[in-house]
Amino acid sequence: MSFNRYILIYRESDAGVDKNENLFDAFMKELGEKDPSNSVQVVDAVMNGKADPDSTLVKIIPDNIYFKCKDPVDAIKIVDDFIIKNNPVKKLEAAANNIQYRIVLRNCGVIDPENINEYIAREGYSALEKVLFDMTPDEVIAEIKKSGLRGRGGAGFPTGNKWAFTQQAVGDVKYVVCNADEGDPGAYMDRSTLEGDPNSIIEAMAIAGYAVGASKGYIYIRAEYPLAIKRLEIAISQATEMGLMGKNIMGSDFSFEIEIRYGAGAFVCGEETALLASLQGERGMPKPRPPFPAVKGLWGKPTVINNVETLANIPVIIIKGSDWFNRIGTEKSKGTKVFAVTGKVKNSGLVEVPMGTTLRDIIFTVSGGIGNNRKFKAVQTGGPSGGVIPEKFLDTPIDYENLVALGSMMGSGGMIVMDEDDCMVDVNKFYLQFSVDESCGKCAPCRLGGRQLLTYLQDIAKGNGDLKDIDKMKRIGNAMQKASLCGLGQTTSNPIQSALKYFYDEYEEHIVHKKCRAGKCLELLTYTINPEKCSRCGICKRVCPASAISGDRESGFAIDNAVCIKCGECYNRCKFDAIDRG
Amino acid sequence: MSKLNREQFRSLREKLKAVNEQQTEIIVGLGSCGIAAGAARTFDAFQKEIKAKSLTGVVLRRTGCMGLCASEPTVEIKVPGMADIIYGWVTPEVARDIVQKHVMRQILVSNCIQDKTFKDILKEGE
Ligand SMILES: Cc1cc2nc3c(=O)[nH]c(=O)nc-3n(C[C@H](O)[C@H](O)[C@H](O)COP(=O)(O)O)c2cc1C
Ligand code: SF4
Repeated sequence: MSFNRYILIYRESDAGVDKNENLFDAFMKELGEKDPSNSVQVVDAVMNGKADPDSTLVKIIPDNIYFKCKDPVDAIKIVDDFIIKNNPVKKLEAAANNIQYRIVLRNCGVIDPENINEYIAREGYSALEKVLFDMTPDEVIAEIKKSGLRGRGGAGFPTGNKWAFTQQAVGDVKYVVCNADEGDPGAYMDRSTLEGDPNSIIEAMAIAGYAVGASKGYIYIRAEYPLAIKRLEIAISQATEMGLMGKNIMGSDFSFEIEIRYGAGAFVCGEETALLASLQGERGMPKPRPPFPAVKGLWGKPTVINNVETLANIPVIIIKGSDWFNRIGTEKSKGTKVFAVTGKVKNSGLVEVPMGTTLRDIIFTVSGGIGNNRKFKAVQTGGPSGGVIPEKFLDTPIDYENLVALGSMMGSGGMIVMDEDDCMVDVNKFYLQFSVDESCGKCAPCRLGGRQLLTYLQDIAKGNGDLKDIDKMKRIGNAMQKASLCGLGQTTSNPIQSALKYFYDEYEEHIVHKKCRAGKCLELLTYTINPEKCSRCGICKRVCPASAISGDRESGFAIDNAVCIKCGECYNRCKFDAIDRG
Repeated sequence: MSKLNREQFRSLREKLKAVNEQQTEIIVGLGSCGIAAGAARTFDAFQKEIKAKSLTGVVLRRTGCMGLCASEPTVEIKVPGMADIIYGWVTPEVARDIVQKHVMRQILVSNCIQDKTFKDILKEGE
């Protein structure tokens, strides 16, 4: 017995197995009658993206056609018309979910990252071959400029221009540095790229070296990424052994070698001048720019610093051409962007989409939307330097400019999705605590301003806030934006500024009404037992880890709020909804 | 291996491009996310099962993260003449099931097939 066709019935990842039982049975029954040779298998499958609430997605392979099935009648129609008679059933056909477009992640999940041959079989090192033998450095830079590629490390600076500045800068020695510090909470795009396709980064660095006139490259990577480091080391040694790295690459007169340097995991060391200081063995603190690294970088020499994802685009641009790349994306933001979508989405993961895709498509269509029957509240892009974006802007096409206009930023690609159970004050407090911890302390606006902002937030979360604080927070934030030395301090207040813009009512509730609607700010919470609903079962008393509940089945139960640790155990366990949280 | 010059590189590339269409491939996602979810044990389970069933022409391979982090460990199965299939949540038990059903008898394993939602830009052009 062997099957020549398969019917996959997709259910949402958090739906029960029996959700599609009717449909499954309908397919089986109809096939039982019409397909006596038993050539079709019906299988339950799981959807990565968001399902249509009124129908179930069905895929037929090897035909690769999707159908929307509302009920068993549709199943019968698909079997009779499509499977048996081979006629199209246009009415039920559904579009494939093909929003993703993978340039950076082209090899991730495809090749063995520890075997350079698999990379070469997929055009690996062909871009390097092409530039070394068929292009001048000027032509390479012109091609990158024309592609419109902008830095994916956050700032979005045109990569071709950066290379040109470094090429034109005067210096006997020049360097290429890959920024693999990736410190944003929730971001892991660069790690996955390095773990899945380390050779692409190495190849791109050599291309950059050829273009700007450098023969030495450094990868600055955090020591917390041991697997990425191991795979980079393997890639470098395999490439060197084959003559694709090192002296006289492929017999040309271009030589390039790469060294890996570990960072200790300070967020500020992702900032380029701090990174260079750390690379030189100094304390990782930013320096004023100009001079820019392109002119005076590592050991005072002209240096091009690029992010991992920026570099991963380079070989493809060289092979497929700038015109090809230029057609993808929006007018000012070309190509794709990788996002690490985490938080309250059903299917967290890595998503690569063309620039200009909407936030809604990323969060709902690709990542499946919000689970647990909760509603979307906001998404934080740009990590601690970005801001929250509320529901009403979900249809904004993503590009550098649009996200800044919304009070957030592209950042490196972390996307943390929040639902109704997340409190904006609490989320702001989290990011601010992060920025305060990570501030290097060199300049006063960031060192002092961050602390002050955090103190206000802590007070607000405890119910000790004052409406006047909001104005002060805005002023401190503005001063930090203008006067801080580096991007860390300049953007520390962004999450707060955007939350004040879009979720002012939540701040007001905390300050005026001493309420946290999400139940996250523990000091504002009280749990009480509603005697009307209470059936005196006593489970609350039994589960309370702090012994804050007294009473018995005769007299009823009560919570002593002085002892209560607000863990919510009684609230979660009460079967009668008799515990009020307010 | 000795160092390649341009011509040698080109001929190696052409040789490597000629893939063997006749072999079954089991490709396990071994990025950090996969390993954290137990992909190393899944990999071992495949290795043992292939040996236990004395299968020939089946290649077990490693790859990075394919982006479906919520359903790790993820595994892609390529059987000649069959569409490529991605499975999620592949525990060692599911791995054995996949070998016995999908690899040996071309029967798909239910409840963990994922949809592949992206094309390969290097193979399918645009
Ligand atoms: C506080 C701070 C942290 C940063 N962290 C990173 C990082 O982890 N990775 C990165 O590529 N760029 C980071 N950047 C941006 C770098 O300074 C720099 O702009 C980038 O590496 C340039 O590469 P690109 O042009 O390819 O984007 C950070 C910037 C600041 C201000
Ligand atoms: S802004 Fe903050 S992190 Fe940046 S230099 Fe000043 S103190 Fe250091």
